[in-house]
Amino acid sequence: MFPASRYSCQAHRCARLLQKIKTEHATPQLYTALHRRACSTVSTPRITTHYTIHPRDKDPRWEGVEMERFADEADVVIVGGGPAGLAAAIRLKQLANKHEKELRVCLVEKAPQIGAHTLSGACLEPSALTELIPDWKERGAPLNTPVTEDVFSILTEKYRIPVPILPGLPMQNHGNYIVRMGNLVRWLGEQAEELGVELYPGYAAAEVLFHEDGSVKGIATNDVGIAKDGSPKDIFERGMELHAKVTLFGEGCHGHLAKQLYNKFNLRENCEPQTYAIGLKELWMIDEKKWRPGRVEHSVGWPLDRNTYGGSFLYHLNEGEPLVALGFVVGLDYTNPYLSPFREFQRWKHHPFVAPTLEGGQRIAYGARALNEGGCQSIPKLTFPGGLLIGCSPGFMNVPKIKGTHTAMKSGMLAAEAIFPKLTAETLDSETAGLHVPEYAENLKNSWVWKELYAVRNIRPSFHNYFGLYGGMIYTGIFYWIFRGKEPWTLKHCGTDANQLKPAKECTPIEYPKPDGKISFDLLSSVALSGTNHEGDQPPHLTLKDDSIPVARNLGIYDGPEQRFCPAGVYEYVPLDTGNGMRLQINAQNCVHCKTCDIKDPSQNINWVVPEGGGGPAYNGM
Amino acid sequence: MSGRVLVGVKRVIDYAVKIRVKPDNTGVVTDGVKHSMNPFCEIAVEEAVKLKEKKLIKEVVAVSCGPQQSQETIRTALAMGADRGIHVDVSGKDYENLGPLQVSKILAALAKQEDAQLILLGKQAIDDDCNQTGQMTAALLDWPQGTFASEVSLEGDKINLVREIDGGLEHIKINTPAVITADLRLNTPRYATLPNIMKAKKKKIVTVKPADLGVDVTSRLEVLKVEEPPQRQAGRV
Repeated sequence: MFPASRYSCQAHRCARLLQKIKTEHATPQLYTALHRRACSTVSTPRITTHYTIHPRDKDPRWEGVEMERFADEADVVIVGGGPAGLAAAIRLKQLANKHEKELRVCLVEKAPQIGAHTLSGACLEPSALTELIPDWKERGAPLNTPVTEDVFSILTEKYRIPVPILPGLPMQNHGNYIVRMGNLVRWLGEQAEELGVELYPGYAAAEVLFHEDGSVKGIATNDVGIAKDGSPKDIFERGMELHAKVTLFGEGCHGHLAKQLYNKFNLRENCEPQTYAIGLKELWMIDEKKWRPGRVEHSVGWPLDRNTYGGSFLYHLNEGEPLVALGFVVGLDYTNPYLSPFREFQRWKHHPFVAPTLEGGQRIAYGARALNEGGCQSIPKLTFPGGLLIGCSPGFMNVPKIKGTHTAMKSGMLAAEAIFPKLTAETLDSETAGLHVPEYAENLKNSWVWKELYAVRNIRPSFHNYFGLYGGMIYTGIFYWIFRGKEPWTLKHCGTDANQLKPAKECTPIEYPKPDGKISFDLLSSVALSGTNHEGDQPPHLTLKDDSIPVARNLGIYDGPEQRFCPAGVYEYVPLDTGNGMRLQINAQNCVHCKTCDIKDPSQNINWVVPEGGGGPAYNGM
Repeated sequence: MSGRVLVGVKRVIDYAVKIRVKPDNTGVVTDGVKHSMNPFCEIAVEEAVKLKEKKLIKEVVAVSCGPQQSQETIRTALAMGADRGIHVDVSGKDYENLGPLQVSKILAALAKQEDAQLILLGKQAIDDDCNQTGQMTAALLDWPQGTFASEVSLEGDKINLVREIDGGLEHIKINTPAVITADLRLNTPRYATLPNIMKAKKKKIVTVKPADLGVDVTSRLEVLKVEEPPQRQAGRV
């Protein structure tokens, strides 16, 4: 695809430079742009070419390229078209219509269509939805499966210990609905469009813009037409700037813009680091005889050991066909670098309690996403001049209930309600050019979201004891079920997930069974089912701050855990062409945007940035 | 040569999505699945817009036949530079049975109605791989056709074309009005950027029904069964 002339003149420049630089091997991966790293004495092939690591203003290939951006003004810009972002947009427009005010609300979403990057179990508590759209049933919201049966088990390798779900325990699901979250999000998108929200799927927010006084001015969407080596293509075009009085960031768990905002505004100085889990999910069309619509099954225990947090879910949907949603969650504070969440998921499916449901069925979808588990100890400061954080981005998931959608939606609604009076006030009362709305955080603290999260705050940290899972369950039984979370202490987490890995030599490799192709499957055929794809000729969006660290540290000390925790096979350690040594190969096109690598990398060297909008998985009702 | 160019764009299942056959074997699952513009249609739109930028033609009209969602595909074409859109509304059973013969009759009728000088299409759609619509349209209009075009240049009221054929490259010269179908190497389509999508919202899309054009969309073909291809067996040496 590269025009031949561009390569040859690059090659001339490269030859001249290489004469000055001392390199041991000029591998094919050695791209021609200049940078000190390319000429380190350790022969690391160049991996990262993204402009966030190699700025374009110092790059001669970008000289003379028009970098001016088209800008547009809105009242509110929302980053992320998930439940939180859409709930905020809908609430804003409802308020605007009620008070007869004009409000321009623009929402940008990196997925090619609303709902295509949404992945969740899910058992939805309809409380927030009913508050937002009381007549959701008449409007055709896809909540078709009320929960009829609720089963909880502790699994051992061959057996199952049933655990009674007593009323009052967090995992009780009476009154909830099993939903295909992608379809619900798509429906929310339609409601938002009807109310006049401008939705722009296929455009990712790549950069936060700031006023001179440091407050947030809005966002800029991604540039398009940058080649894999970082140089501009003929079709290069700058992204667009969307300016707003206030910007809502609802990027979901571990958003990349939120990461920048935490640093810029010091939002995490008074809270604990966020802790996460990875959730992998599949949809199966099963034999009709095995189908029990409305049945909810959860399990803990096998195949994880008692000190690794995690468990499974299996929900029977009732949408006219025998469809089940099942999946596996592994806490990312696991210590063994040989653990592969994907393979744990695949082997769990063979358990005698699970396999019969799947026998004779067909797998039709696969996906994965990180989820937050920090609870209220890890919630950062939520507002800053010009912006607010909503949804799973700051993280409002109720971990023992494994539900975060209702709290995410409520946070979006509270944000809208706090912003609206300030936006439409006669005089814009703000010290900074971007509106600061601290009322949002106060209202959230006084709402049921906070009460709910506070009551369960100690359940997840209670797993950090010698008895692991069992200690945690006993703690939950005593302090949550009996005392309703009113104990006066708040347990702490153990630090960041990235720091929990033990060096490989201290751990034993795990022998995983080979996939049988009927119930369990290999990684690559699973990734194909997610429908994920990216424009191939763009810089890999999994950027490394230092290209030499993966082999030196991740592989050297931890045996390359990214090969195992990535649910899409993005990271591979392959032998160097010269034969001695390994190099990291990043298959960026496989990425399903789960963010696990950014979270779990023990060297915190991987920085996930957003690729060209429209790329990523093509989930359908996940 | 100046005037109007009709560009046909088709909304198809995105090429990266794993196709699944419906349990009743009547077709493939399309509900909620990611769709996008047929890649060869993107190339056709790009070529039309390039001709307009060179001031060789005056107006680019994007046409799509299908249900309501086809309008999104027309919007993408408008964002790439088309001036206005025509949505031929075909939905339900009619849409499932819509094939190249009916589409070419529709395009022929529109070409006459809009007084088009050129029809630009993709060489084939990636869902049915028919590779028939361009050829049939030309035959119905009795126009010359330049299919599998990898280079197009206008010379007065004639068109110089390079076609990619089995034996190599064929250079032909055809009169206008004509039908051209785009092959992969004709150009690299531009991105539909956000400012252009916003501007495209103001461009007009007119909806018509096939009956308004005097076209009967009943199909002469009946799909008996759709099946998955046989599972690949392991190789044996």
